Amino acid sequence: MATSLTPPGQGAAPSGGLKPAGTLYRGREGMWSWVMHRISGVLIFFFLFVHVLDTATVRISPEVYDAVIAQYKNPVMGLGELGLVGAVVFHALNGIRIMLVDFWSKGTVHHRKMFWGVVGLWFALMIPFAVRHLMHVFGE
Amino acid sequence: MSAPEQTPGGAYAPALEAPRAPYRRSRATRTNWELYGWLFQRMSGLLLVVLVFGHLFVNLMMGEGISQITWAFVAGKWASPFWQVWDLMMLWLAQLHGTNGVRTIINDYAERDSTRFWLKMALYTATVVVLVVGTLVIFTFDPCADPNSTLEVCLAGSENVPSVTN
Repeated sequence: MATSLTPPGQGAAPSGGLKPAGTLYRGREGMWSWVMHRISGVLIFFFLFVHVLDTATVRISPEVYDAVIAQYKNPVMGLGELGLVGAVVFHALNGIRIMLVDFWSKGTVHHRKMFWGVVGLWFALMIPFAVRHLMHVFGE
Repeated sequence: MSAPEQTPGGAYAPALEAPRAPYRRSRATRTNWELYGWLFQRMSGLLLVVLVFGHLFVNLMMGEGISQITWAFVAGKWASPFWQVWDLMMLWLAQLHGTNGVRTIINDYAERDSTRFWLKMALYTATVVVLVVGTLVIFTFDPCADPNSTLEVCLAGSENVPSVTN
């Protein structure tokens, strides 16, 4: 079946003929930003599901909610939250890059530079967050 | 979508039309559904950058960070319509953005028609559950449910009970 990943002329033809050959996965910043965008997006999607359900326990009782949220405060979960926030920040910054590629006339010309801009901004946001969050998780 | 026809240029390349053949604008589909989905992904994404960064900053950076998250903290936020609207918008935009993204991924990787169909049914079911549960929680939450609450709205409420003796 031809999908959006199948380059023209390389999808398996329904009635024989062309065989799948070649690939659209061309490497470098363009492909890897796309791969990371997908993986971070799926991760955030599943967390959102869990997060809505854990928040829904506020309707049971204060004790139940506090017990559920306490699970998020142990060190292992704390590291997981750091990874999750890292995924959210990357997805947000790379999403802005995608919009610039789509809507800005120079977007496709500068898409590689913008990817490294995303990486740089990611570190600029994540270092202060990591310090503060790990302080809260491991402190006291 | 129907299987693309095989042409010399490949599975997707359209055959050359005869000169002055009438241009049929909408051949494959009747609506611009996919265009609107594409546009929604970008517009909701832009709003979500603001909503989610604000959410993370207020809950995990300000104050005591994750240590401050308790029932009382949630009650303090949802006592205000500002955070109710904030969280309601975040819930709907994030869930629809995520559903549209996962739908795209299912369409890309699941090759059998029945696999695609059932994966998407599971996805849409989860989406409806999350949206209904999340919306109900925000609208039915009572910040004064804890009898020991020291929230201003809860204290003010008990002082302003109309008295029959007046």
